[in-house]
Amino acid sequence: MSTTTTPLTEAERKQAAQLERVWKEPSGFLGWFKVVHHTTIGKRYMVTAGVFFLLAGLLAGVMRLQLAFPEAHILSPDQYDQVFTMHGTTMMFLFAVPMMFEALSIYFVPLMVGTRNIAFPRLNAYSYYLYVCGGIMLWVAFFCNTGADRGWFAYVPLSGPDYGPGKRPDFWAQMITFTEVSALAVAVETIVTVFRLRAPGMSLNRIPIFVWGQVITSFMVIFGLPGVVLSSTMLLLDRTASTQFFNPAVGGDVLLYQHLFWWFGHPEVYIIFIPGAAIVSTIVTTFSRRHMFGYLIVVLSLVSTGFLAFGLWVHHMFATGIPQIAEAYFTAASMMIAIPTGAQIFCWITTLWSGKIVLRTPLWWVLGFFFTFIMGGMTGIFVASVPVDLQVHDTYFVVAHFHYVLIGGAVFPLFAGFTYWFPKLTGRMLSEVLGQVSFWLFFVGFQITFFPMHLVGLRGMPRRVYTYPSNMGWTHLNQVESAGYILLFLAVCVFLANVIRSKRHGALAGPNPWNAGTLEWATTSPPPSYNFLHLPTVNGREALWDAAPNQPVVTGLDEDTRSFLLTRTLDAEPDGKDEFPEPTAWPFLAAMATTAAFIGSIFTPWGITIGAIPIAITMIGWFWPKREPAERRRSREIWQTE
Amino acid sequence: MADRVEPAVLDVSHLPTVLFGIRSMTWWGIMGMMAIEGTVFLLTIATYFYLHSRSVEWPPHRDPPDLFWGTLNLCIFVLSVIPNEWYRRRARKGDTSAVRIGLVILSLVGILNVIVRGFELRHLNTDWSIDAYGSAVWMLMGLHVTHLLTDLVDTIVLTVLFFMPGLIEGKRFMDASENADYWYFVVASWIPIYLVIYWAPRWLHA
Repeated sequence: MSTTTTPLTEAERKQAAQLERVWKEPSGFLGWFKVVHHTTIGKRYMVTAGVFFLLAGLLAGVMRLQLAFPEAHILSPDQYDQVFTMHGTTMMFLFAVPMMFEALSIYFVPLMVGTRNIAFPRLNAYSYYLYVCGGIMLWVAFFCNTGADRGWFAYVPLSGPDYGPGKRPDFWAQMITFTEVSALAVAVETIVTVFRLRAPGMSLNRIPIFVWGQVITSFMVIFGLPGVVLSSTMLLLDRTASTQFFNPAVGGDVLLYQHLFWWFGHPEVYIIFIPGAAIVSTIVTTFSRRHMFGYLIVVLSLVSTGFLAFGLWVHHMFATGIPQIAEAYFTAASMMIAIPTGAQIFCWITTLWSGKIVLRTPLWWVLGFFFTFIMGGMTGIFVASVPVDLQVHDTYFVVAHFHYVLIGGAVFPLFAGFTYWFPKLTGRMLSEVLGQVSFWLFFVGFQITFFPMHLVGLRGMPRRVYTYPSNMGWTHLNQVESAGYILLFLAVCVFLANVIRSKRHGALAGPNPWNAGTLEWATTSPPPSYNFLHLPTVNGREALWDAAPNQPVVTGLDEDTRSFLLTRTLDAEPDGKDEFPEPTAWPFLAAMATTAAFIGSIFTPWGITIGAIPIAITMIGWFWPKREPAERRRSREIWQTE
Repeated sequence: MADRVEPAVLDVSHLPTVLFGIRSMTWWGIMGMMAIEGTVFLLTIATYFYLHSRSVEWPPHRDPPDLFWGTLNLCIFVLSVIPNEWYRRRARKGDTSAVRIGLVILSLVGILNVIVRGFELRHLNTDWSIDAYGSAVWMLMGLHVTHLLTDLVDTIVLTVLFFMPGLIEGKRFMDASENADYWYFVVASWIPIYLVIYWAPRWLHA
């Protein structure tokens, strides 16, 4: 494989300079609004989602402070409602999905399949601006004492027009609109990138597991998100346009909201977990120095998790009085999800068992994931059972369960992935010592914070209470939990210090510091704006490990345009050529027009109708072709033969 | 560096740049959009029937929507498939004048659809704010109107582009072919929505 470890020849240097000219991202203040390269947008997603993670984490600290003492009044009940809602909403919609799915997909999928940019790069830029605008809107509203306060799911009737006065639920519902549009856009981009832009030779059975994970997640986003699109739109319409979807007095139904919300909400858990599992597979492979044991089983497990996820939503509604036969079905379906997850865990263990383990920080995080996630899976089997669920419903037991699953299944793999890919992102290694310190602080802190929640939940402490009397027997456990938070806080501080320090002074990484096998390691760290000097071809599941001695590279693409190669979906045989669009500010302008329409519609239903006009204008500007490139393309056109 | 081996190459310079259907990248993007919007339609239809299952009378205390305008629009939609398929096929051959004619026809058809849709909305016999039935009917209508208008604007913009010779290139023909594909989605989604809005209340009532 032609990696950049060998010095470049004169011809290659010229080629690199030419690619640099064509693919250069615009610079300067105005340039910031025009960039379209996936690595730039991907990094923005990471930083933004990271900031939201820190903000939501600080809110968790405020809650832990309040609950450390019985009958505390640091926060009023109203403030506490806003804080726990903002914590959950931010973590789920502004951190977990944008980080695990959008950020990682955008940055790594095009590199891992060996192409020069993500499919539809302008749509990609648009998706970022919408996401960031939705997040800012929600937080500005929060700082103006209009923070969402009806829980991260905003159930009706509590969030409906009768019980949710003011604009708090409207901001929540519209934040959903922003983030859903951005996630849906990235889902389509990811699928098209993987189905059509793979390096020649990367047939379906050679796609890296991480990429499989992101493709499956994309499909789940496409079929799952419409549920919350509808429920939040109907909620907003009930509140602003006097529709009656959830008004039982005139034929509406409040459980309809829960069905639609959880049609999305349960797959959402897997939208967060599947990328996590796919990161684990990637790291286990690299640090075992062998191909993944049971590649097919792992991929099929991810696929079947994706399917099963759509048959589980009612297990979030066991306490709503649905028919018993439905409860029995959803219990069985919920327990079935343990089968593919179990199969994956055994494949990971076998891979580690039979490999030559290199125990570095990323692998430590993966081991932390094993322990934590399996614990969460165990209590998941408890709460999938209706009688147990009815006992612990809305108690801290459930809070413990889903933090074990979500932090275990997503945040541990995310930290693993971040330490693993940091050298690719920045060109420098993270400090191993600080990495270990932050891992152990986080791992121990996590268990101290969340394990006692099982116990306090079994002792009857309900969720979402702003305080509790001192004679309930909950005080000590709550104090242990709050002490654990301090360790978590320190862990994140050490992690950030490590990032800041290593970005400047870390050891130089080179293209492939871990001797990994996937294509993102075939280019310099950080990758240039054209990703690969020579577009690669692939000869096995781990492209770099399995490369032939003189593995071919792709030639014959136009070098004076942002040209790229299309390959066939199944066997990745070369199929055609196309050209990526130039950088432009239109996606930013379209996102601003969309933002104005979305925010306007919080205050009047006309926001969308009138707001559609500037959206249409900016979108037409976005798609309007330029004469000169059109003529150039026409002069070189080759039409497909039917 | 005397032993440097010239790297083997895979030459792709002969590959086509103007591709249609499954071989075009934007076609896949449009399919993705259809999958999203199709799921929204399905869940909205599910919502309609869920609300019906929670009601004693359907529609509650009023007539179902009048059949005439909705059925007329259905006829227009179905007939529009003929010019649509014609210009879609001609686009794949690079036939500029046929695509121009086809796009003009489809723009006019779209305008006609919108006008008839205006009459449809006045003959639904319900308001969206009276009850959940009314809300569900208007939601289904609203979703389809959005698609109709989006595709109409798209078609008009593309028609204008096809009358600017400097901007006509292979990619425009790909756009035209995919615009026709999207119109099929608008037509195909109207059939179940039409049946739900106009016929479900009649059948469920009997």
